[in-house]
Amino acid sequence: MSNDTGPNFQQNVSRALNDKQLRKNFKFAMGNFILKRKQIFADESETEQLRQIGNAIKRRALSQLPQLLEQLEEICTRNGIQVHWAETTIEANQQVLRIMNAHQATRLVKGKSMVSEEMGLNEFLEQNEIEVVETDLGEFIIQLNDEKPSHIIVPAIHKNKQQIAEIFHQKLADTPYTEKVEELNAIARHILRQKFFNAQVGLSGVNFAVAETGTLCLVENEGNGRMSTTVPPVHIAVMGLEKVVEKLADIPPMLRLLTGSATGQLITTYVNMITSARKPGEKDGPKEVHLIILDNGRSAILADPQLRQTLQCIRCGTCLNHCPVYTRIGGHAYGFVYPGPIGKILNPQIKGLKKAGELATASSLCEACAEVCPVKIPIPQLLRRLRNESYASGSTATVKDGGYKKNLIETIGWKGWEMMNTHPHINAIGNKIMSRLGAKIPKIGPLKQWTRYRTAPKFATKSLHQLVDEEGIQDE
Amino acid sequence: MNDASRAQILKRLHAATEGQLVDTPEVADLPVQSLTPPQKIEKLKAHMEAVRTEVHVVATQDWTTTLKKILKKRDLKTLLYAPSTPFGSEVQKAWTEESDSLPELVTYNDHIENFKEQLFDIDAAVTSTVGGIAETGAVILWPDEKEPRLMSLVPPIHIAILQAAKIYATFSEAIQAEDWARTLPTNVVLISGPSKTADIELTLAFGVHGPKELIVIILHENR
Repeated sequence: MSNDTGPNFQQNVSRALNDKQLRKNFKFAMGNFILKRKQIFADESETEQLRQIGNAIKRRALSQLPQLLEQLEEICTRNGIQVHWAETTIEANQQVLRIMNAHQATRLVKGKSMVSEEMGLNEFLEQNEIEVVETDLGEFIIQLNDEKPSHIIVPAIHKNKQQIAEIFHQKLADTPYTEKVEELNAIARHILRQKFFNAQVGLSGVNFAVAETGTLCLVENEGNGRMSTTVPPVHIAVMGLEKVVEKLADIPPMLRLLTGSATGQLITTYVNMITSARKPGEKDGPKEVHLIILDNGRSAILADPQLRQTLQCIRCGTCLNHCPVYTRIGGHAYGFVYPGPIGKILNPQIKGLKKAGELATASSLCEACAEVCPVKIPIPQLLRRLRNESYASGSTATVKDGGYKKNLIETIGWKGWEMMNTHPHINAIGNKIMSRLGAKIPKIGPLKQWTRYRTAPKFATKSLHQLVDEEGIQDE
Repeated sequence: MNDASRAQILKRLHAATEGQLVDTPEVADLPVQSLTPPQKIEKLKAHMEAVRTEVHVVATQDWTTTLKKILKKRDLKTLLYAPSTPFGSEVQKAWTEESDSLPELVTYNDHIENFKEQLFDIDAAVTSTVGGIAETGAVILWPDEKEPRLMSLVPPIHIAILQAAKIYATFSEAIQAEDWARTLPTNVVLISGPSKTADIELTLAFGVHGPKELIVIILHENR
């Protein structure tokens, strides 16, 4: 990927749309997720109330974010958790490496973490001779096949069991081909138990960090997160700086929203709350716990009162599940770590509009994402804002690369449109011309592109004014 | 080491929020359901069974008999327990009385660094809990020196003992009643069922990393 342009989105989309198996896998999975969420949030008025609570908790936290982060740092430090701050993903990677090196550690087990994906941590550590093992089953599968997650909750959802059976058979020594899900799980369990046993450092993400108590909350079903944060002598947690909430009492409603939205569960199998490193007398748990707080563009997002809402996201993935675009093209086509509706507003703000702004155009603004978002992020509103930002003048643009799409032809076009619609005489002449010649405009240039998937509008032979006149209706 | 980054980040965050009031939208609390003790047991049991937990409700004085029955059905070699806890001492006593065809009792008597090999080979563990949550179905564990964190995670079978009186209606109620914000230990875990995954075609499978079986014994004072 070059520095100033992003992935070829159009090409990715075409490829995905032509992949029948991929579309089938996603259609099946997303339909299932929608159904499960509906069952768990059956009471509409209670759900709405819960979403309002979630929205209020995140807004309250974001409005005092620096104070809460300072409080979190202070209390974590008091409890023996070492806190590090990283401006960029490069810095965060180096901090992980430094901790590994301090322990002469070469083996790392990982619980699922989207921030670590954002950091490109695996590639970085592997270049530095460290064995990184993804232990979430979905992540384990795609790591074997050298792929990226296609969904933020179920990373291997683009694969069916035949494909997974083939990956296991090919990539794992002495593994016979089996499509039985139970057997595939047993194979992974056997291999990963050994990895947990031998790991020197465990790494995880953070779902919520509680400023009041310095507690890191991790939510999971498999137990690999608990393994990664309890068996090895060192635990490193990485989190985006927006993950902090004010009070412990904020956790129960946030949990309900997260697990209900993500997987349609009342509660996950495990809710793991870590408040300190191993204390004297305790027999297990890591002796050292590190928390790396990553900015990577988030503080700039906080500065804009409207775009700030992006930071309310709790990464439940439900906007992906409900998105008609995501369901058809899958996660990889977006070309960025965060796919789907949330990715369309997050990536352009982190990576800049030039690189990722095109994502914001891939939406029909159907509002499904806004309707289900557990913290009520008005994603379609923010998409429109980002589209506008792409054409903003230098001085009014607040997002990186704002105004990068601004061009003379469009500016003149819109000026002309403005003039035509504010001057009745020009408007009348314009209407006459278009009613005669509108249908004859050749479909070339932008019009050709625009009419590829759309029918060109038919111009009426008579204007509304004329019709009204002929009917003899008084025209004001 | 990264003080410069810390300062820069906080500077930007302070600038972004400076002069703004704390945003506290008015929202009503969720209605609180009041449940009778038997309702709490029923609800917790139903939710936990729905995610494949085996739940037994027994009179307090009978629980070790139930435990023995559960274990005998499974033909296990070893059971990890904590003899210095009240429940642990009852286990010890029960095994002294009769331990035919029951697993050998093992204690977590050393640091993980020295105990790891043995721990990863154990068949089952029995632990106490500090409470339960009826609304979502979960038991609450506060691991400590006597009952370390990995007891409820590494062995393939986890048996958790829950006193009926300690079942709260909601998670929020548990946090408030026990003043968690002031007393949180190193680690708290809520557990609702055996380890599971649906990462392959959303097909639910149990026991992927943690226990394959979760068995909860709820103790009540004579119904």
